[in-house]
Amino acid sequence: MIRVQTEDFDVSKEIKALTQGKTHIGGVATFVGLVRDMAGGRSIDTMTLDHYPGMTEKMLAKIEAEAVERWNLDASLIIHRYGPLSPGDQIVLTITASAHREAAFEANEFLMDWLKTKAPFWKREGGKDGDRWVEAKASDNDAAARWSR
Amino acid sequence: MTILYFAWLKEKIGKDEEQVDPPAEITNIGELVEWLAQRGPGYADAFADREIVRAAIDQEFAETDAPIAGATEIAFFPPVTGG
Repeated sequence: MIRVQTEDFDVSKEIKALTQGKTHIGGVATFVGLVRDMAGGRSIDTMTLDHYPGMTEKMLAKIEAEAVERWNLDASLIIHRYGPLSPGDQIVLTITASAHREAAFEANEFLMDWLKTKAPFWKREGGKDGDRWVEAKASDNDAAARWSR
Repeated sequence: MTILYFAWLKEKIGKDEEQVDPPAEITNIGELVEWLAQRGPGYADAFADREIVRAAIDQEFAETDAPIAGATEIAFFPPVTGG
């Protein structure tokens, strides 16, 4: 399942809803991304996320389907927020559930690595010295490349 | 066709969407970029670094040599920074 939304999310509620009645699940891995108050030595007051409605949903669904297939997941969820956010706010949630923990952990890392390089979101950070668009990191590309096959 | 701009391309060009009708000799993404870059100073600025601008045709990532024939929606944007 994927959701792209402005609203916040409740991690424990999402886990419960996702795993309800699926008693063959033995492990659930979750990752929550938060807005940091510092970026490259610069103090951040606001973060605004722009995205490409339509393509975003398509890409997230594709990334999720790839994870489900590769790790044979029993359940999964990606929630990504957009719009104006503040330091401490939740941005992204990935949940992966499987019979065993290895698959859940690995698939969760894969989701985040791929999402960072393939989902059409753009962050804009605001500080006292004004606003600037966040630049893509080469290390994110390296992290995504390790899952290539 | 509809052209969409995101993030700083949208700001530099001053719009997030427009309808364009490029001439027949414009056949792929690279040629379309060259053609759009001629449309004004904002466009020239947005497309100044050809290496960094990414494209999608009908919501699928597309390389410079991807043909644009039959496309209804083409988007230009910087490398993604979500997550």
